[in-house]
Amino acid sequence: MMSRIEVMKTYKLFINGAFVRSESGRSYEIKNSKGKFLANPAQASRKDLRDAVSAAKTAFIGWSEATAYNRGQILYRIAEMLEGRRDQFVSEIIAQSGVTQKIADSEVSQAIDLWVWYAGWSDKLSSVGGNQNPIAAQFYNFTTPEPLGAIAIFPNQKAKSASGTLLNIVASLAPVICAGNTAILIAPQSAPLTAMSLAEVLATSDLPAGVANILTGKSEELVSWVGSHMEIDGVDCSGLSNSDQVAIKVSGAENLKRIHKFADDKSTERILKFMEQKTVWQPIGI
Amino acid sequence: MISPGISQNVPKINSEQELRNFLKTLSPVDQVGAQARAAMLATRSIKTTSKLWAIDTAISMVDLTTLEGADTPGKIKTLCAKAVRPDPTDSSVPHVGAVCVYNDLVAIARKELDAIGGSDVPVAAVATAFPSGRASMKVKLADTKDAIESGATEIDMVIDRGAFLSGNIGLVFDEIVEIKATINELSGGRAHLKVILETGELVTYDNVRKASYLAMLAGADFIKTSTGKVNPAATAPVVLVMLEAVRDFCHDYGRMIGVKPAGGIRTTKDAIKQLVLVNETAGEKWLDPKYFRIGASSLLNDLLMQRMKMKNGYYSSANYVTID
Repeated sequence: MMSRIEVMKTYKLFINGAFVRSESGRSYEIKNSKGKFLANPAQASRKDLRDAVSAAKTAFIGWSEATAYNRGQILYRIAEMLEGRRDQFVSEIIAQSGVTQKIADSEVSQAIDLWVWYAGWSDKLSSVGGNQNPIAAQFYNFTTPEPLGAIAIFPNQKAKSASGTLLNIVASLAPVICAGNTAILIAPQSAPLTAMSLAEVLATSDLPAGVANILTGKSEELVSWVGSHMEIDGVDCSGLSNSDQVAIKVSGAENLKRIHKFADDKSTERILKFMEQKTVWQPIGI
Repeated sequence: MISPGISQNVPKINSEQELRNFLKTLSPVDQVGAQARAAMLATRSIKTTSKLWAIDTAISMVDLTTLEGADTPGKIKTLCAKAVRPDPTDSSVPHVGAVCVYNDLVAIARKELDAIGGSDVPVAAVATAFPSGRASMKVKLADTKDAIESGATEIDMVIDRGAFLSGNIGLVFDEIVEIKATINELSGGRAHLKVILETGELVTYDNVRKASYLAMLAGADFIKTSTGKVNPAATAPVVLVMLEAVRDFCHDYGRMIGVKPAGGIRTTKDAIKQLVLVNETAGEKWLDPKYFRIGASSLLNDLLMQRMKMKNGYYSSANYVTID
């Protein structure tokens, strides 16, 4: 009897709701914590980034106009789907970073809870982040936060635990889409597999195509294109070195990109930093 | 049946039977071959200076089109401004090939173009009961007359696909001949006739080839793929078949006829693929707005954004081109 050959997963990019190979045809090798071959994820080029940005920009029209309640429901749905695939993520985290079952398990739980936490925020944001402003005239004056547009994300790579990549990815992606923005997430170069598996979750969670796009590859190749791309409205630089962040700030000044770095996973600041404050004046008594 | 007699070399067609006999001499299209060749040519990579040249050439070939029920004089005016100066920040961008509008807006377009220094930009009108062509000949002729009198120098007419498909090709031929005669008479031979075959409704490539020849024999100056209201529109194999037809027609009878793909060409990549098709099929002589046009509306913005990308070195945004 021949022994069965295992069917290995091809790790592709996630652009506009579809899993595609890199336009360049490239891939790169990643190894597990013991130096053994793990997988060949796609190595995204600037053209894949361009495609992801145009998908994000198109999806922004619908996603930013969806009701906050609806966005919250979809974020909660992502948590549900992630829960259903718990075992896959646990074994992938163990394979990728060599942590114990217990640590991997706890990381997946935290990631699921984080989706739920951000899901709850989506329809409470305008109350907390907005205001009815006191003014000395016959007007009501409201300020409400509104989503910016397409946000590029370099998630934090420094993990609290030995693994930590899933948590970091969720911590940077959830607040962006919670706000009604759309995202282009460039997965950490050394640990891209959990990001791509998360894409499978996103693809089955009623999240409209193009709202979250995930690229894998070498971030240093993409940094300058992210900085200069005129359709990217904000960049989460948490996973970038200071010099890369400065480079993005310099080229990003051309179209006034919002460029931020975050330390904590759970904060309304992560949501509100990529929102614009819109103020409306309404005459009283008309 | 009236013979157009455009050029002494072009065969005179005196009856429907003669036309039928002529079209029978055409060899059938190798469907697989045409698709494979079009797909192969679509893989050509055009980069750097060639790409910049291709973008500028494509811009000069765009028939900037708006054919909506919701068109207004205001919209036509902004369209005209864009046609003359596609990128307001860059005067090195050429003007487009023509402005293409419905009949009742031709006069407004012509007046506006002349007023803003675009007197060399022609106005094309879609006449003859566009897009279906379902009207009596009297109405179609009146429609054409109206367009010419309002200042159109290019008439985009549709053929009667129903008649063509049911074998009534003499009727289709006669209609083109009559419209052409009317245009010649009213404009003193200055206005051009583009014949829309609506290839999406012709079903086979053989029909596309036959309809192309029929239109050319009847006196078309341009053959155009589609109205833009039917899908599929200007697919690459269809354009290939039409380009082969104009090439062979020119070779056999010495009359050069233009081709205008329209509908579904939205990106710079699509446009450059069309230019490659032209160069490799009909030849370099056709890479000229006089003989090749692209009917489009959103394409122009993508061409401009690609042009900015080539000049600036970074990706541009839709915020930096005008809204249509």
